[in-house]
Amino acid sequence: MISKVIETRNLTKRFGDFTAVDNINLDVFKGEIFGFLGANGAGKTTAMRMLCGLSKPTSGQGFVAGFDIARQQEDVKKHIGYMSQKFSLYEDLKVWENIRLFAGIYRTKNHEIAAKTDSVLAKIGLSSERNALVKKIPLGWKQKLAFSVAVFHNPAIVFLDEPTGGVDPVTRRRFWELIYEAAADGITVFVTTHYMDEAEYCNRVSIMVDGKIEAIDTPQHLRRQFNANNMDEVFRKLARKAERNDNG
Amino acid sequence: MKSFLSFIQKEFYHIFRDTRTVLILIGMPVVQIILFGFAVSAEVKNTKVAVFDPSNDISTRRIIEQINAVEYFSVEYFLTPNEIHEAFKKEKIGLGIVFSENFNGNLFHTGEASIQLLADATDPNYATSIINYASSIIALHKQSLMIENSVSPDKNAKIIVPQMRILYNPSMKSAYNFVPGVMGLILMLICAMMTSIAIVREKEMGTMEVLLVSPIKPLYIIIAKMTPYFMISCINMVTILLLSVFVLNVPVAGSLMLLNCLSLLFILVALSLGLLISTLVNTQAAAILISGMGLMMPIMLLSGMMFPVENMPDILQWFSGIIPARWYIAAVKKVMIQGAPIEYVIKEIVILASMAVLIIALSLKKSKIRL
Repeated sequence: MISKVIETRNLTKRFGDFTAVDNINLDVFKGEIFGFLGANGAGKTTAMRMLCGLSKPTSGQGFVAGFDIARQQEDVKKHIGYMSQKFSLYEDLKVWENIRLFAGIYRTKNHEIAAKTDSVLAKIGLSSERNALVKKIPLGWKQKLAFSVAVFHNPAIVFLDEPTGGVDPVTRRRFWELIYEAAADGITVFVTTHYMDEAEYCNRVSIMVDGKIEAIDTPQHLRRQFNANNMDEVFRKLARKAERNDNG
Repeated sequence: MKSFLSFIQKEFYHIFRDTRTVLILIGMPVVQIILFGFAVSAEVKNTKVAVFDPSNDISTRRIIEQINAVEYFSVEYFLTPNEIHEAFKKEKIGLGIVFSENFNGNLFHTGEASIQLLADATDPNYATSIINYASSIIALHKQSLMIENSVSPDKNAKIIVPQMRILYNPSMKSAYNFVPGVMGLILMLICAMMTSIAIVREKEMGTMEVLLVSPIKPLYIIIAKMTPYFMISCINMVTILLLSVFVLNVPVAGSLMLLNCLSLLFILVALSLGLLISTLVNTQAAAILISGMGLMMPIMLLSGMMFPVENMPDILQWFSGIIPARWYIAAVKKVMIQGAPIEYVIKEIVILASMAVLIIALSLKKSKIRL
């Protein structure tokens, strides 16, 4: 029996009359790479904020890493990792200081931090840059570092909010190798992206349109179901129905 | 606790990596105290005096001597009235004294000898202080004349000579006014402006999101942000007090303990104001603008630091009432300069404390909506 890391039942968020997230049901399993797709304004961010314990659902239920997102936000936060679209490290801190800071915030023991810092830096090839200020290293490295920091405390699940924005395909590819490694280590990956080629890398994807999840399956099944050659076409076919889609 | 400490450590890295800012933060009070203490001075120091003395008798000479004797005046020129006007225009002199003819004779026979004091009122404060000071010297002279000679121009008239005594700041040093003002300005600037910038920077960089998703409590984030600036403010307080006591010779007349408590209260108000600003804006530039225009300018102009609040139009007086620095500066003047005990500053303490409560409540409410 594979355990569920995310489980939502009729999860809904309303702001006044506007229903940002409309009765979504989502199951994400341990070790899975789950692609969370949707056009801008489809409600992705709101859904993700609820899953991270940042905003309370209006109705419905949600469990992340076994904790209730409406009542146990503190526990949810301890068991998740997060990396955002905007670069999420401190530029005026050194590489190792960033690692130490976030490890400290997640209450990792000091001796563990020291040992793990070495192995993490070796893994992403940044050992020689450990004392460099983050603003001095290239964007691709920063993103790898940000990801390593996000999973440093071994969260049950890591949320990646458009993690590869603004980098070239080769660097994106390398980044995805890191994602696969993390998933192989048992960390569930929940990723939003604009790049449909990245959607193909996911084990399963869901596509949100107007606050509802319109499709949820493996990329292969979705291509077959919508009679499309790639995920991009699937996405277009679904997004065309959207009424509040601001991407046209 | 561990996450809180890691976070505070990070805040110190931020500040000390930015050497320029640190220099400004630590250096600003020194520069301001020295600027306000020496350069921006409303004191009548080293004022050059020109005299027109047509009678040149024992009385006029004694008055000139007495004026020359005080450290604020030096009699340098003997000129005609027209030349005195010229000297003013060339800014050679700060005070002109014109004696009437036959001064001594008139003084003792008719009792009507006159002295004209001339000052350049393009700078009214300066002119007023000079005139006040010179007339007090002359009044003193008159008084001593009466006692010495027991001669009164009219034996039946009771002569009342007003005797001026300037309390608490006998030499009218402007530093007495500026030190409390600079304290208010610096503490407000560092606490409010720097705290708001530090918090807004996290929002602008996108790191705030990562922090909010992490298990560290938002309240801890805010306290951790304030801690370094709180410490820097304390260092600045000490710097300002040391400078004012040992360089400007402004003593701390009242209780140092009370002064520190007042300052802590004011720092609390300033920090919470910084927090409030940070909840209102999303960019560092906006934070600087709001704290610069919204805090600095009113403190400089309306808090009583430069111009007395009592002289302002009603609407500005009312407006100055909502500036925390006004109450702090007033309280510091009372405690530091006048040596007043706590009973005399209770009003200020109550006002500052309620401002702190109000601002904190407001900003917590605001930030809750954001989270």
